[in-house]
Amino acid sequence: MIDRILATAITEAHIARRNRWVAIAVALMVVFSLVLAAAGSAATGALGADRLSVTVASLTSLSVYLVPLVALLMSFDAVAGEVERGTLPLLLTYPVARWELLLGKLVAHLAILALAILAGYGAAALAAIVTDPRAVAGLAALWRLTWTSVLLGATFLCVGYALSSLARRPSGAAGLAIGVWLGLVVLYDLGLLAAIVADNGGVFSTRVFLFALLANPADAFRLFNLAASDATAAAAGVGGAAASIPLWQSLASMLAWPVAALVLAAAAFRRVVP
Amino acid sequence: MTSTLTISALTKTFDGAKALSDVSLHVAAGERVALLGHNGAGKSTLMKIILGLIAADAGSVSVCGAAPGSAQARAAVAYLPENAAFHPALTGLEQISHYLRLRGESAGKAMEFLDRVGLGHAAKRRIGTYSKGMRQRVGLAQTLIGAPKLLVLDEPTSGLDPVSRRDFYSLLDGLAADGAAILLSSHALTEVEARTDRLLILSGGRMVAQGTLADLRREAALPVVMNLTARNGYTSDLMAALPAAIQFAEGLRISCRQQDKLATLAQIAVLESKIADIDVMPPSLEDIYSHFSRRDGQ
Ligand SMILES: Nc1ncnc2c1ncn2[C@@H]1O[C@H](COP(=O)(O)OP(=O)(O)OP(=O)(O)O)[C@@H](O)[C@H]1O
Ligand SMILES: [Mg+2]
Repeated sequence: MIDRILATAITEAHIARRNRWVAIAVALMVVFSLVLAAAGSAATGALGADRLSVTVASLTSLSVYLVPLVALLMSFDAVAGEVERGTLPLLLTYPVARWELLLGKLVAHLAILALAILAGYGAAALAAIVTDPRAVAGLAALWRLTWTSVLLGATFLCVGYALSSLARRPSGAAGLAIGVWLGLVVLYDLGLLAAIVADNGGVFSTRVFLFALLANPADAFRLFNLAASDATAAAAGVGGAAASIPLWQSLASMLAWPVAALVLAAAAFRRVVP
Repeated sequence: MTSTLTISALTKTFDGAKALSDVSLHVAAGERVALLGHNGAGKSTLMKIILGLIAADAGSVSVCGAAPGSAQARAAVAYLPENAAFHPALTGLEQISHYLRLRGESAGKAMEFLDRVGLGHAAKRRIGTYSKGMRQRVGLAQTLIGAPKLLVLDEPTSGLDPVSRRDFYSLLDGLAADGAAILLSSHALTEVEARTDRLLILSGGRMVAQGTLADLRREAALPVVMNLTARNGYTSDLMAALPAAIQFAEGLRISCRQQDKLATLAQIAVLESKIADIDVMPPSLEDIYSHFSRRDGQ
């Protein structure tokens, strides 16, 4: 079983390297992280927080958009591409289970994504520590951001596989992926905000709202990192809500999502007829 | 002989259109069986059902004693899809290594398999740069992995040059000699006739004939045709002597049943002085094939 998962992972890694996905993901994360680190350095001092903690706060807001986007871009082709190229029928006659194939792809894609995240955050941390020795105080927050980003990436990779299986054509899968990214990462929060305004302190604002935040993997990620970080209590957006949700709840949401998305992807892949 | 593949009363319908109806066949260990039939006859559909890629509507399939698509069956069967495709970014070596690992074999043997199909020189190039025949050979190489008990090959020689075809069939001979059962589809009648043990003909989803070429020739009972060339000026004499003959181009043509062949020849031999030349033409492979293939009103 492990052998077959690794076999797929090795092949996917070759493909990702040839298709420049490794280079693109790493470059994207490093460039954006360094830009934020530079921009963050301007705001330091007045707040009294160390430079890295400030950078982590802005990296959190960046990653909530960028990590899902990169993950979906890497994964939307996973099944639909095999169907389109005609490579799937032969693959499915091999003694390998479909979930093993998915897991193999996940291992490779997640390793690449983790590499990109480490490179990006590492570069930002280096920039902060070099200019401000106090910044080592922010390393704990950065580490938390790193592993939660990997979890967020795993969720959206699996969501990508599920969409890829449902669409069965790469163009359709790409459209679905962009739609899901916009919906979950951008429009979802706007919708919640609009609902709160309309509700004006009713049942939605007091009960449903917090649950709705936890139900979205991107919001759970933001909540967890903001709530866990003292230096960013003043952050805008969902920052206010972060205070009222216990840490374990957002953590549970973040841990449950990758598993749920993988199960979803496996179920969708099972229904693909080669 | 033990049957490696047994199919009985198989039926498959695609949205109301019958692709296969009541198909039965078996392939024994060490046997090379060719599946023939017009475009759309159902050959590829039959193969996909044997591999468990699509489900049949009715009937039963047993692959090495297991259900098609089961782990046990998949471990014992190798497949070459029609138009075998691979990821263009992978090299031949990486692709075969992948398939070796999936079958639990050492990836180090990849070069050996590529050499067996004559691709050793291109092993480290991307498959995207391969010619059609080279891609087909990558497909063939992967069917050799893990000593399969049954090989299901969908138009294995399409895209191969004549020499590669011959090499391919000798590869098959070796596999069959080692006890593998082989089911292959093809449109190339002559090579199939020479290099397989038995023919199956599908037409419109129905199995219309099975057997050796000699069996089919006998069953079809197609007439033998003889072309006579008369010596100068004797054409009308010959026409008078042989009422069955019809005038044809420069000479005469007689067609007779197989069992009347010798009697007809004797009749002709008497007229030796008036005949310049004679050609006896048994029914060709194409004639026999179209006899069966057309019977269902194609
Ligand atoms: N997925 C499908 N959906 C609907 N009809 C299908 C499907 N697959 C095959 N068919 C139909 O089933 C019939 C048999 O097709 P099949 O591919 O088995 O033919 P074939 O004998 O392999 O032909 P060829 O020699 O051209 O490869 C055809 O009429 C085809 O249109
Ligand atoms: Mg076909």
